Amino acid sequence: MIEVRDITKTYWMGDVEVQALRGTTFTVHDGELIAIMGPSGSGKSTLMNVLGCLDQPTTGSYKIDGEEVADLTDNRLAEIRNLKIGFVFQSFNLLPKLSALQNVELPMLYAGLFSRGERQDRAMAALDAVGLGDRVHHKPKELSGGQQQRVAIARSLVNDPTIILADEPTGNLDSKSSIEIMGIFQRLNYEQGITIIFVTHEPDVAAYTRRIVRIRDGVIAADELVADQSYAYLPAAEHNMLALSDMEASALTETH
Amino acid sequence: MNILETFRIALSSLLSNKMRSLLTMLGIIIGVASVIALQSIGQGTIDTAQKKLQQAGTNLVTVSPNSQSFGGIVLNSSNTNLTLEDADAMQDTNRITKASAVSAEVQAGGQIVAGSKNTFGLAIGTTQDWLNVRDATLASGEWFTEADVSSSRSVAVLGSQVATTLFGEEDAVGKTIRVNRISFTVVAVMNPKGGTGFGSLDSQIYVPITTAQKRLSGFRPGGSSGTGKTVSNIIAKATDPDSVDLLISQMTDLLRERHKINGTNDDFKIVNQQDQLQAAKDQQATYNTFLIVIASISLFVGGIGIMNIMLVTVTERTREIGIRKAIGAKPFDILFQFMIESITICFVGGLIGVVVGIGASYIVDIIYQHTVLSTPIIIIAVGFAVIVGLFFGIYPARRASRLNPIDALRYE
Repeated sequence: MIEVRDITKTYWMGDVEVQALRGTTFTVHDGELIAIMGPSGSGKSTLMNVLGCLDQPTTGSYKIDGEEVADLTDNRLAEIRNLKIGFVFQSFNLLPKLSALQNVELPMLYAGLFSRGERQDRAMAALDAVGLGDRVHHKPKELSGGQQQRVAIARSLVNDPTIILADEPTGNLDSKSSIEIMGIFQRLNYEQGITIIFVTHEPDVAAYTRRIVRIRDGVIAADELVADQSYAYLPAAEHNMLALSDMEASALTETH
Repeated sequence: MNILETFRIALSSLLSNKMRSLLTMLGIIIGVASVIALQSIGQGTIDTAQKKLQQAGTNLVTVSPNSQSFGGIVLNSSNTNLTLEDADAMQDTNRITKASAVSAEVQAGGQIVAGSKNTFGLAIGTTQDWLNVRDATLASGEWFTEADVSSSRSVAVLGSQVATTLFGEEDAVGKTIRVNRISFTVVAVMNPKGGTGFGSLDSQIYVPITTAQKRLSGFRPGGSSGTGKTVSNIIAKATDPDSVDLLISQMTDLLRERHKINGTNDDFKIVNQQDQLQAAKDQQATYNTFLIVIASISLFVGGIGIMNIMLVTVTERTREIGIRKAIGAKPFDILFQFMIESITICFVGGLIGVVVGIGASYIVDIIYQHTVLSTPIIIIAVGFAVIVGLFFGIYPARRASRLNPIDALRYE
C-alpha cells in the first residue's frame, strides 16, 4: 500500500525555484490499476520519482507498506527499488551491451538472493511471460520497440515486486504494440495482483486502468474511477471489476 | 552482487573498447615491462661479474699500480712502479706468511697465429707459480719452469679456447705458434676455466714474464721509462679466506718499505675478490634503488592516465549508472563495479607487461648479455600495478556511486 500525505517537492533550476509538488495527498491500495495523468510540467514526473523512491519529498510523508521513506538510508531505498518496485520507462532503459536475458537477470544480481542457475531460470520464465521466450539472447538494438518494452517489463517483474511504476510505457510505441503492452500490464494486474501505476498524459492509456488521478500544478485536481474501461486482456474481466470496485470506492473516500 | 559477475562485466566492458583499453594500459604495461626487463639485465650483469670474480679464485689478492700524488698534484701517473723484484720479494715466507703462492703478470697482446689459423688474444707474461695462484689446471703438457722464466725461453701455455680455435681437436703441445712474428713452442694446454668474452682466462696465452718483457716489447707497460722489468700487476693467493686481510697488510708493509713510502700515499693499490664482490653487490643495490624510482614514476603516470579514462568512462556511462541504480544497485555496488574495472585494467596491463618484460629479457639474453629473471620482482610489479588501479580508481568510482539516480537517468 502506498500512502502519500501532503508532500511537497521544491527544487532549483538555475536561479528559479520550482515547486513541482505543492501538497499532494492520495492512497493506492494493493492490487490497483491506476493512472496518474497531467499535462507536462504538472509535477507528475516528480511524483513518479518520489513514488519510485528515486527522490525524496521536501516535506510531507510518503509511506510504502507502512515504511516512512524519508527515514530510510540510501541502501534501504535501493533495496526497496530492487525488491518492491519494478520500473518501466518510456525509453525502455535497457543496458545496450547486455542481451535480453542478461538485462532481466540484472535486478536479481543486485538482490543477491539467487544462484546463477536460478537467475537464468527466473529470467527465462519472466521473458516467457511477456512472450519473448524465443529472443532471449538478442541485444536490445536487435529488438523492436515493443519487444524492448517487453524485456523491460520482464526485468521489472523478475524480483516479484508488489508495485510496477510505468512512466509513459507506450510513449515510444505504435498503437498495435501499445495495445499488446497494455494487455500484458492488465494480465499481470489481474493474475498476479501486482499494483500498477501508470504515469501518462495519453487518455487512451489511462482508459485501460480503473482509476485516474489527475494532477495539475503540483496538486491533485481529480481522483475518479474509469467509467468505461478498455480491455486489452479479457479472461473474466468483469468478475474482476466487481471484486475490486468496493475497495476503489473506499480509496476515493479516503483521499477526499 | 558477486565478484565474479562484476569481474566479468568489467572484462566485457574493457573488450568492447579495445583500442582505448590498450592505450590506457600502456603506462602500466611499460612500467611493469621495464621493471622486469631492467631488473633481469641488472641481475645478469652482477651475476656475470660475480661469476668472473669467483672463477678467478676467492682468496685472490691483486696489487696494481696507482698514481701517486702530493698535495693534490699527481706526481707519477705512469704505471711503472711495480717490478718483478717486488714480486720476488714477496716470495720471502718470513715476511709474507699468509701467501700460498705469488705471481706477477704483464699484459701483452696481438695476433696469435698457428699455420693458417689465427685469433686475437692477450698474451700474459707470468711466472711459474701462476697456475697455483689462479687455481687453474692443465689438460695436457707441463707449465713452464723457473728455468724457462730466468732464461726467457719462447714457450707458451694456451688457454682452452685458444687451443680449440687454433688446433681444433688436435693436441697442441709441441706445436709452434707465433705472436707478433715471434715463435713460441706450446708446452701445455689449460682446462677450461669458464667465463666468456675478452679477458676470460680461456682466451689468453701464457708465456714466461721475462720473455714477454724482452720480446713482446711493443706491449711493455710503461714504455720508455720502464726498466724492462715492470709488471702490470702482482697476484697472490691467501692461504685461506680468513687470512686475506692479514696478507694484504703484509704486502702493503713490504711494498711501502721497498718503494720508500711513509704514511698512506701509496703508489699501488691492493684489492681482494671479496672487496670486489662487495662492490658489485653495492652497485646492484644502487641500481635497484634507481630502478624502483623509475618504475614508481612510470606507474604513477600510468595511474593518472587510468584515473583520467575512468572519469571519462563514468561520464559516458552516467545513464547506465542511473538504470542500475533504478533497478536496485546500491552505491557500493556501483563503487565496486568501477573499482573492479580500474583494477582489471591494471591487472591485465600488468600481465601484458610481464609478457613483454620477459620477452625483452629473453631477447637481450640471446643477442647481448646474460639476464636473470626474478619471480619475486615479477609478482611485486604486478602487485604494484593492481595497487595503482585501486588507488587511482577510487575517485572516479566514488563519483559514479554518488550520482543521483534521477539526474543519471535523464542524462543523454
